[in-house]
Amino acid sequence: MTLWLNIILQGVLVGGLYAMFAAGLSLIFGVMRLVNIAHGDLIVLAAYIALMVTTGLGINPLLALVIVVPVMALIGYGLQRGLLNRTLGDDLLPPLLVTFGLSIIIQNGLLELFTADSRKLQAGPIEVQSFQALPDVWIGALPLIQFVLAIAVIAGLQWLFYRTALGRAFRATSDDQAVAQLMGLDTRHVFAMAMALSLAVVAIAGVFLAVRANFDPSIGPARLIFGFEAVIIGGLGSLWGTLIGGIILGVAQAIGAQIDPGWQLLAGHIAFLVILAFRPQGFFPKVSH
Amino acid sequence: MTKVQHATRSSQIGVTLIALALVALLAAPAWGDRNTLRLLAEMFTYLALASLWNLLAGYAGLVSVGQQAFVGFGGYLLFALAMLFGVHPILAIFIAGPAAALVAVPLALLIFRLRGAYFAIGTWVVAEVFRLLASQISVLGGGSGVSLPAAVILSIAPTRQMREFEIYWFALGLAVVVLAAIVALLRSRHGLALTAVRDNELAARSNGIDVTRLKLAVYVLTAAGTAMTGALIFLMKLRISPDTAFSVNDWTAFVIFIVVIGGIGRIEGPVIGTVISFLMRQTLADLGSLYLLIMGAVAIVVMLWAPKGLWGLVAERFGWQALPLQRRLILTPDKLEAKS
Repeated sequence: MTLWLNIILQGVLVGGLYAMFAAGLSLIFGVMRLVNIAHGDLIVLAAYIALMVTTGLGINPLLALVIVVPVMALIGYGLQRGLLNRTLGDDLLPPLLVTFGLSIIIQNGLLELFTADSRKLQAGPIEVQSFQALPDVWIGALPLIQFVLAIAVIAGLQWLFYRTALGRAFRATSDDQAVAQLMGLDTRHVFAMAMALSLAVVAIAGVFLAVRANFDPSIGPARLIFGFEAVIIGGLGSLWGTLIGGIILGVAQAIGAQIDPGWQLLAGHIAFLVILAFRPQGFFPKVSH
Repeated sequence: MTKVQHATRSSQIGVTLIALALVALLAAPAWGDRNTLRLLAEMFTYLALASLWNLLAGYAGLVSVGQQAFVGFGGYLLFALAMLFGVHPILAIFIAGPAAALVAVPLALLIFRLRGAYFAIGTWVVAEVFRLLASQISVLGGGSGVSLPAAVILSIAPTRQMREFEIYWFALGLAVVVLAAIVALLRSRHGLALTAVRDNELAARSNGIDVTRLKLAVYVLTAAGTAMTGALIFLMKLRISPDTAFSVNDWTAFVIFIVVIGGIGRIEGPVIGTVISFLMRQTLADLGSLYLLIMGAVAIVVMLWAPKGLWGLVAERFGWQALPLQRRLILTPDKLEAKS
C-alpha cells in the first residue's frame, strides 16, 4: 500500500515539472494561437544556459535562476519580434514549419557547442534531502520545491492574466486582434511579451529538469510532447488545467515505470490517448480545439 | 459544348522531359556504378515520402510531423513477415500498404479530434507510441534492433548485383507509381475537391464537399504509401532498430525540408526539392550537425520569404506547370452562339 502511495506521490511531484512545460505552451497558444514546436528544445537551451552560468560563476543552479529567467525572457522577446511575428496569420503552415526549423537549429547548435554528452546540474546537499510525511512515505526536498514552485508559477500567471494591465492586453488580443489594435494595443509587442513570459517559465522548468536528471541536446522533443499532453489532458486554454494534466501524466508514468521500466513513457502516452478518446476536450476546457 | 483542358504548352514540354528522364533512369544500371544506383534509389524513396507528405499537408491541410510512424511500421512489418513468417520481402512490401491503411483508420478517428498544430503534435505522439512498442518486441531485437538474415536477403535474388538492380528498379517503380497515383487523384473530381480544400477550406465546405471524409481518405492513402516506402527503405538498409525506423529527423524533418524548398501544395515541388536537398546533402554532409543547422535555417528563410518554394516562384513568374493538372474551361463556338 505504502509502495503505491510513494509511487503516486512521486508521480504527482513530477507532474509539477510537466505542468511548467505545459504552462508556457498553453500561454502562447492562448494569446496568439501559436504552437511552438521548438518549446522542448528551448527548455533544453535553458538547461544549457544554466549549465554555463553555474560553471562560469560557480553558483548553485537554484540561484542561477535569477540570471537564466531574464535571459530566456529576452530571447523570447527577440525571437517573437524578429522571427515569429512574421509567421502569424490565417495560414497554419508558416508558424508550424518555422518553429520546426527552429527546433532543428537549436538541437544541432547545442550539439555543435556542447557535444552529445549527458550533463547534469549539481544543486548540492539539497538534492538528497528528504523528510518523512507519513510512516514509510518520504518526500524529497527538491521535488517538493519544484512542485510548490509550479503551483506558484501557475498562480502567478493566473493573477497576471486576470488582474493586470498586461493580462488584459493578452486577453484582448486573444479575443480579437483587430479590435485590440484599434484600441491602441501594439499587438507585436503584446505577442513578444507573451513569448517572453512563456520562455521565463521555460527557464524555470529547464533548470529543474537539469537538476533532477541527465540532459543532452536531443531530449527536447520528448519534453514538448509531455507539455503538449498535459495541455490537452488539462483542457486547452486553462492554466490550472495544465497542473492537473501534468499530474495525471506524471502519475501514469510513475505507475507504468513500476510495472516495467520500459513502460514508463508508454503508460504516459497511453493515458493521453485514452483521455483523447473519451474526453477530447480535457478536464477543464476553455476553448474548443 | 464545354470541355475541361488540363494540358498547356509547358506541361507538354514537362511531360516529354519527364518521359526522357524516366528512360535514362530505367537504364541507370547500364550507366551508373553501385554508389550511383544506391543514391538514386534513396532519392526515389525520399521523392515518394515527400510527394505523399505534400499531398497530406499541402493539399489536405493535415500537417503531420509523425509520418515516421508509418515508415517504421512498414519497415518493422517487413522484418516481422520475412523473419517470422517466411514471407517473400517484395510481397511484404505490398502487404505493408493495406496493413498501414487498416491501422490508420482508428488512429485518424483519434487524432482528428485535434486541430491544426495540435494535430501535428498528436501525430508525433502516435509515432512515439509506435517507437516504444517496437522496442518491446524482443523477437525483433527490442531496443537495439535486428539485421535481416542472409537467407531472406538471398531470397530476393541470388547474386548481389541482381539484387541491387532489382531493388533499384523497384524503388524507381514505387516513386513513379506514387507520383502517378497522386496526379491521377488530383485530376479526378476528388482532386478538384482537394484543391478547393487547399485554397479555402470554408468555401469548399460550403460548396458541399465533405471535407472530413476527404481528409480521412487522404490520411489513410498516405499512410499506406508511406508504409510501403518504409518497408522498401528498410529492405535496402537490411537492418532496423526503433530509433532509425521512427526517426523524426530522417523521415519527417528532411521530408518537410524537401517539400518546403521545392514548393508545398504543388506536385512538382517535391521533385525539385528532392534534387536540391540531395545536392545540398552531398556537398554539406561532412559538416555533420552543422549541415542540419543550415538545413533548418534555409527552410525558415524559404518559408518566410518564398512560402511557395522554388517551383512556386517559377510557376508564378512564368506560368509553367510540368504536369497537366490545370483546369481550363474551353468554350467551343456553338456554345457561344447558343448563348447569343
